[in-house]
Amino acid sequence: MSDKKKSFDRRQFLATTALGAAAAATGTIAMPSILRAQGGSVKLGVLHPVTGALSYSGQQGRLGATMAIEEINAAGGIKGLGKIDPVLGDAQSTPEGGTAEVEKMNSAGVACIVGGYASNICLATTQAAARYELPYVVDVGVADGIVTRGLKNTFRFGPGFGVISKTALANLSAINDQAGKPAKTVMIVHEDSLFGSGLAKLLNAQLPQQGFQILETIPHPTPTRDFNNVVLKIKAQNPDIVIPANYYNEYVLLARTMQQQQVKPKGIYSVLGGAASSYKFVKEFPDAAKYIMDCNHWFDPRNAKAQALKKQVEGKGQFFTYEVYMNYSCVLLVADALQRAASADRAKLTDALASSTFAGHLMPYGPTKFVNGQNEGAAPVNTQVLDNDIKVILPAAFANAKPVFPMPA
Amino acid sequence: MLSPVILIPAILNGLLMGAVYALVALGLTLIYGVLHIINFAHGAMLSAALFAAFFAFRLFGIDPYAAVFLLAPLFFVLGYALQRFVIGPASHGDDRNMLLVTLGIAVVVENILLLAFRGDTRTINVPYAFETINFGFTFLAVPRVVGFAVVFAVALVLWLILSFTDTGRAIRAVAKEKLGAELAGIDVAHVYAVTFGLGSACVAVAACLLIPTYYVNPTVGNAFVLVAFTIVVLGGMGSVPGAVIGALLIGVVESLSGLFLGESLGQIGIFIIFIVVLLVRPSGLFGARA
Amino acid sequence: MRGFIPIVVVVAVLASVPLVIHSNVTLNFLVVALMIALAGQGWNILGGYAGQYSFGHAAFFGTGAYVTAILQVRYGVNAWIGFGAGIVCGAALGGVIGALTFRSGLRGSYFALVTLAFAEVLRIIASVAPITGAGVGTLVHLDLGARAFQFQSRAVFYWIILALVALSLVVARLIKQSRFGAWLIAVRENEDAAKALGVDTSSVKTTAMIISGAMTAAAGCFYAQYFLFVDSGIAYGTWISIEALLTPIIGGVGTVFGPLLGALAVRLLGEGAKLVTGDVPGLDLILYGAVLVLVIWFTPRGLIGGCAQVRGWFARRGRPAVPFINEAGHG
Repeated sequence: MSDKKKSFDRRQFLATTALGAAAAATGTIAMPSILRAQGGSVKLGVLHPVTGALSYSGQQGRLGATMAIEEINAAGGIKGLGKIDPVLGDAQSTPEGGTAEVEKMNSAGVACIVGGYASNICLATTQAAARYELPYVVDVGVADGIVTRGLKNTFRFGPGFGVISKTALANLSAINDQAGKPAKTVMIVHEDSLFGSGLAKLLNAQLPQQGFQILETIPHPTPTRDFNNVVLKIKAQNPDIVIPANYYNEYVLLARTMQQQQVKPKGIYSVLGGAASSYKFVKEFPDAAKYIMDCNHWFDPRNAKAQALKKQVEGKGQFFTYEVYMNYSCVLLVADALQRAASADRAKLTDALASSTFAGHLMPYGPTKFVNGQNEGAAPVNTQVLDNDIKVILPAAFANAKPVFPMPA
Repeated sequence: MLSPVILIPAILNGLLMGAVYALVALGLTLIYGVLHIINFAHGAMLSAALFAAFFAFRLFGIDPYAAVFLLAPLFFVLGYALQRFVIGPASHGDDRNMLLVTLGIAVVVENILLLAFRGDTRTINVPYAFETINFGFTFLAVPRVVGFAVVFAVALVLWLILSFTDTGRAIRAVAKEKLGAELAGIDVAHVYAVTFGLGSACVAVAACLLIPTYYVNPTVGNAFVLVAFTIVVLGGMGSVPGAVIGALLIGVVESLSGLFLGESLGQIGIFIIFIVVLLVRPSGLFGARA
Repeated sequence: MRGFIPIVVVVAVLASVPLVIHSNVTLNFLVVALMIALAGQGWNILGGYAGQYSFGHAAFFGTGAYVTAILQVRYGVNAWIGFGAGIVCGAALGGVIGALTFRSGLRGSYFALVTLAFAEVLRIIASVAPITGAGVGTLVHLDLGARAFQFQSRAVFYWIILALVALSLVVARLIKQSRFGAWLIAVRENEDAAKALGVDTSSVKTTAMIISGAMTAAAGCFYAQYFLFVDSGIAYGTWISIEALLTPIIGGVGTVFGPLLGALAVRLLGEGAKLVTGDVPGLDLILYGAVLVLVIWFTPRGLIGGCAQVRGWFARRGRPAVPFINEAGHG
């Protein structure tokens, strides 16, 4: 019996060591698939969750980034450095997946990484990149923790929670004041993970200061299968304004359920609403989408390049969503920094990003100015669905329509 | 919150939602009752069925309720083939291996859907999707009410099949005593496959009833799978009435705990009830003693 | 003592890897694989040895991760002490769940689903409770240095997780050679017979769950220190419950090295699939799922059992066909 046991153990041991050695060996040759036809000379990591729960947003983000890269390369690449060679990575919608991709991109010798999308992924990936002092430009991830850890390599192009909620509230007050203050009571419906909870906490602190009364704050999981009870509560308490902060699918369900239950508050004012400023939502649910306001990432409508890109993206059969143009802008930002640094050296690139005053992006931010990694000028914009289209209503400098509030009956 | 104005609609919502869960759980409980495995691929099958219903409407203009009669047989065949030619041979009759095989299939199916159709959320707009029945303070969505009725119809059909047809008897025989059934000349592999096919057909029906008020993407089925597992075990694995009653119970519990604890924390109600019932009745409400 | 030699050799070989290979891609890969292996080792004690399949091992993983993170972030406790506390809490949770479920006589799939329910309950509570940061999660401060259990070098993390895995291998071997291990096997093979023979099946199973919980919790504590961010989906999500059961079953359920082998194999498969299929989203996962099915198809008792099959096949060549006699697939 003991002989049998021993031989079995030897078998196990052989198998394990063989596999362990294989793992190590393959690891050293597991180069990411970087052999692109373009054969560029500056490698840029493009990291998004293109599979898993966040696959739609990840794929949109990748689309924006790769379109920017193609455009830059078509114009001859970066002056003095050559074409950009994209190194695509799939974060698989998890922090571990993202971290593994950062490692691969680092060993592939990228000069910089763009992307991440989700806050929890970005927290892990920026940290992993910091080990190698690899500059990392966050495309969307709004958690404040991303830029408050003192990581020198991390740059966030878009706004964080703090700025978003402040802007949202200021604009809400402005709109309310303009209409003669018809709204006093508010209900918040938010998804219960990082972005929704973080936002709700800030809103809860700041709304009373602006004179609004919060009737109830309702968290819900992602995914939520049914909103009937949530809408029941809204109906029962009849707030003047409903503030949703959730992802696309839940937003759609909520809006549809509200339509079904004939719940019509004075205004639906979402903050980082998943569908509130989505062309897809407007196209597919024109009735439920009418008059919905959103405070969210949005491109500068007066920017000709943005309008051109919109046509291009729609020509490809995709919707012009914020992931697309934010990533597009981030890549342009990095290209500009590379050009100014005149080198793909990471330290030089980090300095170039830190001192960047780039204005060639598509967002209504003004020239970039990074303080502790956060782009100071970044701010969300208020939109409203009017005439089956999404118009910018605030700030006035970028607006192409006037807010309609309260919602007409 | 205790006002009947809110409480009654909440209970009604719970029942209607429970009906949706019941349709998903019926297939699962049948598969468990006979094959003795928790089918990890159930969620992916639901996603696939939703895509099928979506395309039936988008490409061929087939209304979801009509599509039931097309997709149920289709998915029966698919399920049959899957069990007969993939799951059965791959698992060599071992329960734990069947678990992993269905897990592998779930990954494959979900990612085929992702590859073919991307992660975009799709919805259909049928005219009756927003029709409601006025019930006092609240409006009940017509598609949900239809779904409620259909659940009982499907459960009845399943019961009839199991009780009065030869195949049904064979299924029950295999569920009770596989070896004996085999010795009596029953083709067990065929019975397994038929059961899996029936389970898949139920999923197809669930998808057709769900799609007017829900959405479609490659991972959508996963949201229902945990609840379905819970219902199957709560009702007693293999019990058709158990699945229906368990589902309605879970639906109401979910609704009420969501009302009192909030939608997020309220989800706990499902699992707490589940744990409590099982600690008291370890084989579920209607289950045979393990 | 002889049974431990393979463990020593395997660990020695694995320990020497960072001395030879400096690629952080590989080291990161191995660290994560070993962490999953540790979680799987925990599952295997309960599922492989005692035959009680758990679908909710995330409960232990997440508890380890959260306790470690919360103690550091909210109470300023030293990271190493937090680590230990996490393991203790995991063990305690194992005792609680075991006591509740086993004394009610829950078995088989009913037991499996109840463990899943426990994991879900914890996940939901963690997603709303203020102490965990609710939806925002808990972010552990970046503080590179041994004192804070964070290291610049991935190699150090690697050796630490390897040490933990080595410990789990030793524990697994000790259990196997002990009377307790015999009781576990008795419970697995025929619980009623074991009870009739006088084995206190509930206590045996609960003890197994305590050990199991401690091991998987250790993996969770490690996750917190390695990735520095924990939220309810990461801690208690079904992903880790699935990994914890997938790796031992693939590797060889009920064997000492099964989870380690399974973790390496499964992770390698994932990487290999990505390599082969390039950037098309989802294609690598299709390949991964398909290969998983094939592996089970052809090695129904896991990879370790597969080695036995191959050996048996070679041994049978040239001899008249004999029905393949299953060795006790539990070495």
